[in-house]
Amino acid sequence: MVPTRREFLIIAGLSTIGVACPPLARIISAKTGTPSARNISPVAPVIAPALTAKRWGMAVDVRKCPDGCRDCIDACHLTHNVPDFGNPKDEIKWIWQERFEDVFPAENHPYIREALKKRPLLVLCNHCDNPPCVRVCPTGATFKRADGIVMMDYHRCIGCKICLAACPYGARSINFRNPRPFIRQLNPDFPTRSKGVIEKCNFCEERLSRGMLPACVMACPEKALVFGDVENPRSIVRQLLDRKFSIRRRAELGTKPQVYYIL
Amino acid sequence: MLEKALTGSRRYGIWMAILLTLFGMGVFFYLRQLDYGLGITGMSRDVSWGLYIAQFTFLVGIAASAVMLVLPYYLHDYKAFGKITVLGEFLAIAAVIMCMTFIFVNLGQPARVLYVFLYPSLTSVLFWDMVVLSVYLLLNIVSGWTVLSSDKKGIPPPAWVKPLIYLSIPWAISIHTMTAFIYAGMPGRSFWLTAIMAPRFLAAAFASGPALLILFCLVLKRFGGFDAGKEAIQAMAKIVAYALVTSIFFVLVELWTVFYGQIPEHMEHYRFLFAGLEGYDTIANWMSVSIVCALAALVLLIVPRTRKKEPVLAVACVAVFLSLWIEKGLGLLVTGFVPSPLGHITRYTPTGPEVAIAIGVWALGFLIITVLYKVFIAVRKAD
Amino acid sequence: MKLHDHGKILAGIVVFLIAATIPFWYGRGKAVSPPDLRLDTPVIQQLQDKRCVEATPFMRSNHMKLLNTWRDSVVREGNRSYRATDGKVYHASLTGTCLECHSNKGQFCDRCHDYAGSKPACWNCHLIPEEVR
Repeated sequence: MVPTRREFLIIAGLSTIGVACPPLARIISAKTGTPSARNISPVAPVIAPALTAKRWGMAVDVRKCPDGCRDCIDACHLTHNVPDFGNPKDEIKWIWQERFEDVFPAENHPYIREALKKRPLLVLCNHCDNPPCVRVCPTGATFKRADGIVMMDYHRCIGCKICLAACPYGARSINFRNPRPFIRQLNPDFPTRSKGVIEKCNFCEERLSRGMLPACVMACPEKALVFGDVENPRSIVRQLLDRKFSIRRRAELGTKPQVYYIL
Repeated sequence: MLEKALTGSRRYGIWMAILLTLFGMGVFFYLRQLDYGLGITGMSRDVSWGLYIAQFTFLVGIAASAVMLVLPYYLHDYKAFGKITVLGEFLAIAAVIMCMTFIFVNLGQPARVLYVFLYPSLTSVLFWDMVVLSVYLLLNIVSGWTVLSSDKKGIPPPAWVKPLIYLSIPWAISIHTMTAFIYAGMPGRSFWLTAIMAPRFLAAAFASGPALLILFCLVLKRFGGFDAGKEAIQAMAKIVAYALVTSIFFVLVELWTVFYGQIPEHMEHYRFLFAGLEGYDTIANWMSVSIVCALAALVLLIVPRTRKKEPVLAVACVAVFLSLWIEKGLGLLVTGFVPSPLGHITRYTPTGPEVAIAIGVWALGFLIITVLYKVFIAVRKAD
Repeated sequence: MKLHDHGKILAGIVVFLIAATIPFWYGRGKAVSPPDLRLDTPVIQQLQDKRCVEATPFMRSNHMKLLNTWRDSVVREGNRSYRATDGKVYHASLTGTCLECHSNKGQFCDRCHDYAGSKPACWNCHLIPEEVR
């Protein structure tokens, strides 16, 4: 018997709902944005013991940065296959230098000492404790780990760029083009990214998992970058913060950034 | 009923051919964007949203404006709007589809767009915006189509349509509020971080949407033989007038807070919007046009003598639409990014391919609206 | 519905059937040899126990699922260790583990992928060691 148009539409609608039910059930029962790897059982790693922390943080001792030095930037961008597109529009940077008046506009005033006015300050992702970028990401492609690192899942990112808009620090970049041809020297130990996804500093989580400190920290000739567990009072970063006064960028926004500047 | 859109006058055929050509051009350039990457547009690391999201933001307002016809008729029995609520719902359909398309063409990895529904992040306003937009689209398709086909059969619409239409009233408010929340929830962008963002969006929506509807009604009278009625058109014009006044007032109160409060970062954005910064004054120039259009339209709409003359009313509606398209489009968008969080001024100019893709999406919207209105006219003519 | 144009309709149906069944009749008689997978990479030749992470039949059907599981485990959970069904623990890495043995992507991975017409997007990002060195 030939169904009437009404009957056909009702059957089609119910079938669509029936097909949609399993994914809906999975969505409703899944944890927000984080799928579970059901088949993996935690076991002792085969590689060098990973560095772990309750909460990773970094202190930037600005006084120690030599003029014209870019060792940390070069090390980071080399280690992570960060491309150089050669123009500021498409630029990708994970760590770079800005002037004091731009990094700390609220603390700036006309009588700041000259040395500080002229000194380039390092800026990078602050791996905030209350990150607005994580809050706005529609797919959970950027998420906060238990140890505080704000991660990027390049496989999940749809390239909507809302995280670039939400970041109060301008720490994120998007691949406006295919980056492969623009990587001067490929590091085989780290993947590249594809066009259309967002990237930023990842506190070298892949190095931490192999028992190594971040590339920028290791590259600095003056040990101006101090990295460690800010929740461990005996870590070197906490010891430094105990000795010296430190400030954070735009802390009044409540993002709880974990990069501390000693000026 | 869709078959009614397949036949028409020569003029109709030429109009559709033009729209299809523009749409095809948009598709061509979108394929180039897929190949090259988003770098083919003028977007940059600092100004990371541009023409596409500006159009999306403006068009969500147009989509929401259907409520300005539905609410008076269904909640308050304002009979004059009875004939044209379907026109509002059809406009909402075309506008929402344009919104979703603009979001799609803005994505760096569009093949993954369904991840928004497969891996939802419940704290993300963008996720909720997609949900409410999709539901709103369905609400309007179902209610608009059902009411029109009941009209065609000469019977009253079925009872189950009423609750859906009632639902679409708060839902229309919600879609534009959600979109406003995308902007108004970013702590780092002080230009957008204001509670009045949602009211501003709604006021602009209720001015620009009915203005567009008035223009469509005038077109339908001239070319389609459908007369919405003087009372309906004048009522819509008054709605536009009041909404425009409200929208202008909301901008003025923002200016007060910013310039009397004297917080430097907040002032910088508004200086850029109205005067330009460091020689970059493109947006400011566009805003001058927006202001002139808004004030001219306001006068024409408030004075009854000019409002009642339909050619003048048409000019006023075009002026309102243009003014708010500028202000709630690139005006709102680029200003949020200039200066950047690190105080840099980065210029944004949409590139040729970007404009072509945007025009292609507008053409798609006009194609949908033409088809739907053609069906509407055919059904009404048969009465 | 009046069948005024049954000539045109029948012609249309015939054209559709021909087009829709192209996969079945286009390559008839042509012999396409199954993919010839080369397993003679230097690393594999030096292996005592020539076994992959999991058994070959499992890998053949499920390597994509396994890689997706590794992806989520490494990126989203920070867990880079994979315990195989035989109890051995591997470092979950496409470039670092899979391609360490199967360093001849062109004569291994690509052979089946080309045969099946699949284009995995993994290589957009994950580096192939022989192309880097």
